[in-house]
Parts: sequence; C-alpha cells; structure tokens
Amino acid sequence: MSNITIQQLCKTYPGDPPVKALEGIDLDVHAGQFVALLGPSGCGKSTLLNLVAGFEQPTSGLLAVAGAGVTQPGPDRGVVFQEAALFPWLSVWDNVVFGPQVQGLPKAQYEERAREMLHIVGLSDFKNHLPVQLSGGMRQRVGIARILTLGSQVLLMDEPFGALDAQTRLTMQELLLSVWQKLKPTIIFVTHDIDEAIFLSDAIYVMSARPGRIQKRIDVNLPRPRTVALTASEAFATMKLDILNLIRHDHG
Amino acid sequence: MRNTTWKPWERASLLVKALLIPVAVLFFWQWAGSRPDMAGIVPTPWKVLQGWHDWIFAAPGMGLNPYLGTWLANVQYSSMRVSQGFALAAVIGVPIGLLIGWSRLFSQLVDPMIQSLRPIPITAWLPFSIALFGIRDIGSVFLIFLGGFYAIVVNTTQGARDVERNWVRAALMMGASRRQLLWRVVLPAAMPSIFTGLRIGLGISWTAVIVSEMVAVKSGLGYVLWDAYYVGRMDIVLADMVSIGMMGYISDRLIVALERRMLNWRILQSH
Repeated sequence: MSNITIQQLCKTYPGDPPVKALEGIDLDVHAGQFVALLGPSGCGKSTLLNLVAGFEQPTSGLLAVAGAGVTQPGPDRGVVFQEAALFPWLSVWDNVVFGPQVQGLPKAQYEERAREMLHIVGLSDFKNHLPVQLSGGMRQRVGIARILTLGSQVLLMDEPFGALDAQTRLTMQELLLSVWQKLKPTIIFVTHDIDEAIFLSDAIYVMSARPGRIQKRIDVNLPRPRTVALTASEAFATMKLDILNLIRHDHG
Repeated sequence: MRNTTWKPWERASLLVKALLIPVAVLFFWQWAGSRPDMAGIVPTPWKVLQGWHDWIFAAPGMGLNPYLGTWLANVQYSSMRVSQGFALAAVIGVPIGLLIGWSRLFSQLVDPMIQSLRPIPITAWLPFSIALFGIRDIGSVFLIFLGGFYAIVVNTTQGARDVERNWVRAALMMGASRRQLLWRVVLPAAMPSIFTGLRIGLGISWTAVIVSEMVAVKSGLGYVLWDAYYVGRMDIVLADMVSIGMMGYISDRLIVALERRMLNWRILQSH
C-alpha cells in the first residue's frame, strides 16, 4: 500500500522569468516508511514538503496522501518545522494540546495521549514552561510531541535538527528513531546532512537544484534498530561515499 | 527591563546623574522668575508650588478665585474623558486593526478610508466636532477617541500582518479554522504591537483632551490651563502643565503594568 503518491509534480513560481522550483517529481512512500529528501539548499526539498503539507499548491501533477488529493493543511499530516514554530505565548502543555483543542475534541480523548507523548519525548517535567524557557532541542521535542498528540499518520519534517548542536542532534535522531519504531508513522524528512539521511531513513531521494528534480533514489538497507555504532561501520561509509560522488558529479 | 542588580553606590551615582540637569534647571528657573522683568510671565518654582497647593487643598473659593480646592475635580473630569475616549478607541480600534491585517477584503474596504482621514490632525476636527456635538463632553470624548484610534489601528494592523508564517501554518496543520486562527494565533501574536499602539494612542489621547477642553468644554485640566492663562495666573498654568504630565505618566505606567502581566512570554524572551 502506498501512503503518499506523487506523479510528475511541478511547482513554478510566477515571475520574470518564472522560477521552476520543482519539475517532474515522482515519489512513492509506503505506510510506515521513513524517507529522506537530501539535497543542497535551493533544490526544492522544502517546497516539496510544503506541497505535501498543503501549505502551497502544485502547478501541475498528482499529489495524494492516503488516496486523497491534497488541497489544504490538516492534522493527518503533522509538520515539524525547522525552528519548531511553537506559540511562544502558550505553555508547553497548551502547545501540545492546541490541535485537539481547536478540533473541539473532549479532554478525555487527548489529555492522556498528550501526557504520554510528553513523557516519550522526556518533557513531562516541563509542562508549564514557556517555549522561551527551553533549549532549542527541547523546543523541537515539544514540536514532535505536538504532532504525535495530533495523531498524524504522516510526519513531515523540514530540517528539524538543522539548528541544533551536534550532540543534541544525535540525541534527537535517536529519539526520533525510537518514536518511529514505536508508532510507525510515515515520515518524510528533509535534510542536507548525508549522515543524518543515512542514519535515519529507509530510502533517500537525492535531489538536485535548478530546476528541483529527484536525481536518484537510494535504498538504505542497513539493519534496524540503528545505533550510533552504525555510523562508524563500513557499510555506512560506503553509502556515504556513493552519495558524495553522486552529488559531486552533479556539480561537475 | 534588565535583570542587572545595581550596587548601592551605583544606584546613588545614577540618581545624582539623573538629577543634575533638573536641579540646574530649577535653579535657573528660580533665578529667572525672580527677575522683575519676568514678573507675571514666569512665576518662581516656589510660587507655583504654593498656587498648586491651594489649588489642591484649599477650601473652594467664594466668588473670584476659581483655583481653590478644584484640582481633584478637574483631574477627574479630564481623566474620565480620556478613559472614555481611549476605551472607545481601543475597543473599536483593535478589532478593526486585526481585521485589516487579517482579511484582504476588509483591508481593501476599510484601509483606504482610514489612511485618507488619518493625515487630518485631530486639532483640525475641533470646529466640526463642536458644530456637531456642541460644547458638551461628547465632543471632547470624540476627539480623544479619534486621536487614540489611528495609532491603535495602525499598530494593530502591522502586528496582525507580521505574524510569523510558520505560526499560521502550524495552526492550520493542527486543524484550526480561520476564525480560530484569528483569535488564537493572530491576536496573541499581534499583542506586542497592540500594546505599542495603545501606549502611543494614550499619549495622543492626553493631547486631545487638553486641546478639546481648551475649546469645546468648560471643565478639566485643559479648560483651567487656558482660563488661568487668560486671567494671568501663570502659577496655575505651570502647575496644570505638570499635573497633565503626571497624569500622562501614570496612565502610561498602568498600560505598561498591564502589558507586563499579559506579555510575560515576551519579557522572558528579551533576556
């Protein structure tokens, strides 16, 4: 079963001359699959994510999630933003339950789940804190707890760990993997970090810029569950070298 | 606002530096006021204090001196008008500003009108306002409303337009309706700008009350200011000016206190 289906998707921004952000994108993501979009800045990977999220509309092509065409954003596709995009005037708890609240769900239906998700991301003791009182990594964990509480089947992550220091990033990657293993959502993860793409995903779509295209799909057949040790293995290094060569050829 | 804790001697040094020029001005004023050629124009600080004291505390005068014991009543008149006009400006200005910033249609309908009326100074509205409302409170309140309104609308609009795109996207992604977006995201996000507008608007409201009381009503600090000038009571004029400044300062502090309470997240952010 294919959860996200994208065929011949194009996105052109009007202008003189018009900017072709994406051209002829084909993508198939299965339910529960972890897919990375890897590429340099300007390759359109964030645009692609925004299209799937429903924040922007494609110029042409097919885009369907769970069999239905995407027309607008919705709780079935949870987005984790690069800078978390929490509401700074709401406490951690109020941020996490914002979704169920605006949807008008009864408390009994989401409070338990929200508590559980805060526990999973390790922020049970920070319910009453404001986002400004948290570190960047903690804010991003709230961002993740927020969409897990939402119950999204699809998680769209736009370089969520890009602004974090190396140590925090690693912790967050491991956290994300454990969450994914537990709940098995479908994940599209945008990154420009090759190590991150290999470490996390089942498949990497390497993208190239101007116009934004998918250059190659690479399956990551490394064993799971994955730990940091994997990043030092030969298989990992080989794959990284392949991707580096691919990207260099693209530029040469 | 800073978290810095000042040492006692640093505090003392700050105080001395802050008071140096005011004290010098006071001495110069006392000297200038004592000159014979300034008599009747610049009363000495001491004379102003005496006049002010009587204006506040003396038993209401019989007959000729209207400046005995009437200070509080006049402060109340002016404050009441400012409160009414300003509250009206806030209650009407904030929603209109939010809608202009939020809805393109509303902006196209209302913004041109507001932008074309805004350059007309409130003082220019005076004759029309008197013709419309007569020498009554409502004319004064109308001018105060107008003065506060523009500042509040313009700043609120800016705040509503500058809401971070990802906050809007996050709310939509979580299933918020357009109406929920307006009340739960745009309004709180615009709050800092709204408070900026309220503070500027309140300042203009105090200008408006004084101007309108000089012309359009027969009570309040503005009325006394002009009346005292006419009868040559410059001590009352100066005491009145200081009173207006004090009221403006106090009301601004009230808004700031409210802002601190409501925008706790913003204050923490700036540290």
